[in-house]
Amino acid sequence: MKILQQSIVSLAAKGMRLDGRKLDQIRDIVIEASPIEKAEGSAIVKLGRTKVIAGVKIGVGQPFSDRPGSGVLMTGAEFSPISSPDFEPGPPRDNSIELARVVDRGIRESQAIDLDKLCIEPGEKVWMVFVDINILDNFGNLIDAAALASAVALSRAVFPKYEDGAVIFTEKTKKKLPVACLPIACTSFKVGERLLLDATREEEEAAGARITVTTRDDGNVAAIQKGGEEGITPAEIEHALDMAVEKGKEIRKLVKQA
Amino acid sequence: MKRSDGRKPEELRPLEITAGVLENATGSARVRMGRTIAVAGVFGPREMFPRRLQDFNRATVQCRYSMAPFSTDERARPGPSRRSKEISLVVRKALEPLIFLDEFPKAAIDIYIDIIQADAGTRTAAINAASVALADAGVPMRGLVSAVAAGKIDGKYVVDLAGKEEDASDCDLPVAYIPSQGKISLLQMDGNLAKEDVKALIKIATTACEDIEKKQRDALRKRWIK
Repeated sequence: MKILQQSIVSLAAKGMRLDGRKLDQIRDIVIEASPIEKAEGSAIVKLGRTKVIAGVKIGVGQPFSDRPGSGVLMTGAEFSPISSPDFEPGPPRDNSIELARVVDRGIRESQAIDLDKLCIEPGEKVWMVFVDINILDNFGNLIDAAALASAVALSRAVFPKYEDGAVIFTEKTKKKLPVACLPIACTSFKVGERLLLDATREEEEAAGARITVTTRDDGNVAAIQKGGEEGITPAEIEHALDMAVEKGKEIRKLVKQA
Repeated sequence: MKRSDGRKPEELRPLEITAGVLENATGSARVRMGRTIAVAGVFGPREMFPRRLQDFNRATVQCRYSMAPFSTDERARPGPSRRSKEISLVVRKALEPLIFLDEFPKAAIDIYIDIIQADAGTRTAAINAASVALADAGVPMRGLVSAVAAGKIDGKYVVDLAGKEEDASDCDLPVAYIPSQGKISLLQMDGNLAKEDVKALIKIATTACEDIEKKQRDALRKRWIK
């Protein structure tokens, strides 16, 4: 494994990668919108061989006491054991919690969902939006794939029927969940002294650090998360920001066609 | 008699089986029975960890059945429940008799099943998917196991209950059947039935399983015979 990592680093230094991609080239994206009829919104995203499913469930519940007039957004992720040969059973581990939180912040801070519009009765009843991510096949760069699947699932979500104070989950309305923008996450991986996008699992292992930048439709930045052991320089952060804005545009075009 | 979705009593829901849907898993399959969708991945035979759990005479089969939070009408809480643990157990027991476990002492064969949409019959869909995934992984097996639930609605025996039918049925009787051996490897029942009804339901379920097994074989042929 050490040898493989060394060759990934030395290739990157020359601007090359094992699979022949350019450093800033992402793998092919295939989006399947709404594969789960029972979910209010859903999407399967394939990013190269990485495969992620996100489902949105919408229900009614009590608001948080400090935000009585706002709906609730909750994001969860599970690294299903079917997604990778090195799964260990047990409660959610740090990496799945971090992934869910990075995706959550992207959605929340980009103001993709105006939670104030999800109030039914202040202090009593609000819409609760649950985004649940299930990793089916892990071939690297799960955060970007999961964020994309979540964004597409939300953008297709509709409200369930609500009558006499109760939700009828078996009936969906045509009313779409108000989604103001598509938050797109783009993670740069620092391999040696170079940054590359959309890392494979081997490239992730060779990377000393990563930085995830989530952008809004207008190109503004909504969330950043730095990960990994190594430090990164301000110049590298600038480079990562530039690439995230650029790729965000590219990916949004793809989503519109899906 | 027509059922609420227009099916005949002994007619299965639309059944789709695809082998080889995942790339990290040694073998995998997706099964769709009506609106229920199960994805199964098999890892192994591989070294069993922790080592103290190794069986020196045979392979150990580990099974996890799990429902995605978005798979149901009302969101399901993520993580294991008493229900999912029991189903993991009975699914494992339904599959174990198929596998030549003695061939792989000390090894683990891990079977993971994710239900990504649940509309009745998730344990039977799980077994159908896992059976194909095991064969897809190249695990030596005595045959395939196929599963379906049977019920009794308005005095008629029916197979492959859909979500809407579960409440109308006098019982829910899931069966897993190994057609090549004529043996049943899972049988559960809850409801209220006469002895004769139980016998009749097992009969129509095993007959339906024979049809399911053909589709399982077709899926494997499609994947492996080019």
